Amino acid sequence: MHELSIAQSITEIVHQYVPDGRRVQWVKVGVGELSGIVPDSLEFCFSVIVADTPLEGARLIIDQIPIQARCRQCDSDLRIESALFACSACGSADLQMLSGTELKVVEIELNEKGSVDA
Amino acid sequence: MSVITIHRKVLDKNDEIARHNREVFRRHGALVLNVVSSPGAGKTSILERTIECLGGFLRIGVIEGDVQTDFDAQRVARYRVPVVQIITNGGCHLEARLVQDAMANLDLGRMDLLIIENVGNLVCPANYDLGEDMKVVVISTTEGEDKPLKYPGMFRNASILIINKIDLLPYLQFDIAALRRHALQINPALRVFETSCTTNAGIPEWCAWLKEQRLSVS
Repeated sequence: MHELSIAQSITEIVHQYVPDGRRVQWVKVGVGELSGIVPDSLEFCFSVIVADTPLEGARLIIDQIPIQARCRQCDSDLRIESALFACSACGSADLQMLSGTELKVVEIELNEKGSVDA
Repeated sequence: MSVITIHRKVLDKNDEIARHNREVFRRHGALVLNVVSSPGAGKTSILERTIECLGGFLRIGVIEGDVQTDFDAQRVARYRVPVVQIITNGGCHLEARLVQDAMANLDLGRMDLLIIENVGNLVCPANYDLGEDMKVVVISTTEGEDKPLKYPGMFRNASILIINKIDLLPYLQFDIAALRRHALQINPALRVFETSCTTNAGIPEWCAWLKEQRLSVS
């Protein structure tokens, strides 16, 4: 259960981009399927941690990033859906990971100026 | 619409401190292991056997990570090696910053090998680089053969797999070949050792390899 500290790191990054007096509508994060993050748990932790900050009420949009790999043996590009990391074309386990381990803050949207109390 | 593009890694602060830790370790020529497992797989016992076996050849230091108590640090201190205990107070993993703080209490200049024992957990520590040279994942024969498939993130990130408690194999229905197969399926580059901290089986092989790695660092 490290979603709380992940949520904390997300808000620390976002705070650096929020000008004084502005509030945040939503925060979009990219979470790889191999990152070990449970999206529901991250959402919950985020909603708790933003209380009494400019992020209060902001929606957390979680973009799940699939596990993709390239087979080093036959050069096929694969989408890995099961825990078995093997090339669906040739069976090799010698894979180069292309995506799926990400954990990043992608973008945020601020409320329009003057709508602080909206 | 006032959308701000950020595109930053959530853990970039941790990664930055980990990079700094790594530079400090390099400068001192210390080989650094980050040992992870589920609770009770035998991390501390492996540390003890490793210190017994290598203590005469290498100067070893230990950072112990636990949710509560300094019991593990007390166990390790009996072997007369410098040890620093980190108590995470509920935290399920070590972070680079905690290791950085602990490093201040260790004389790295007098250390060939630093072993960091992480909190027992196969999920959370996978995300946090501490600045180590390699992650060592320990699994015991009383756990399931399918563990690598259940925790692929950790097994992908590790360089070494130690299968511990092999002395119990006669009493268990544990398929060690299946475990190896599953682990190598997740990460074909894993180097596998089989050990028992009760009989000391496999410990000399593990330590001989570790000694070799240390020589290639300096």
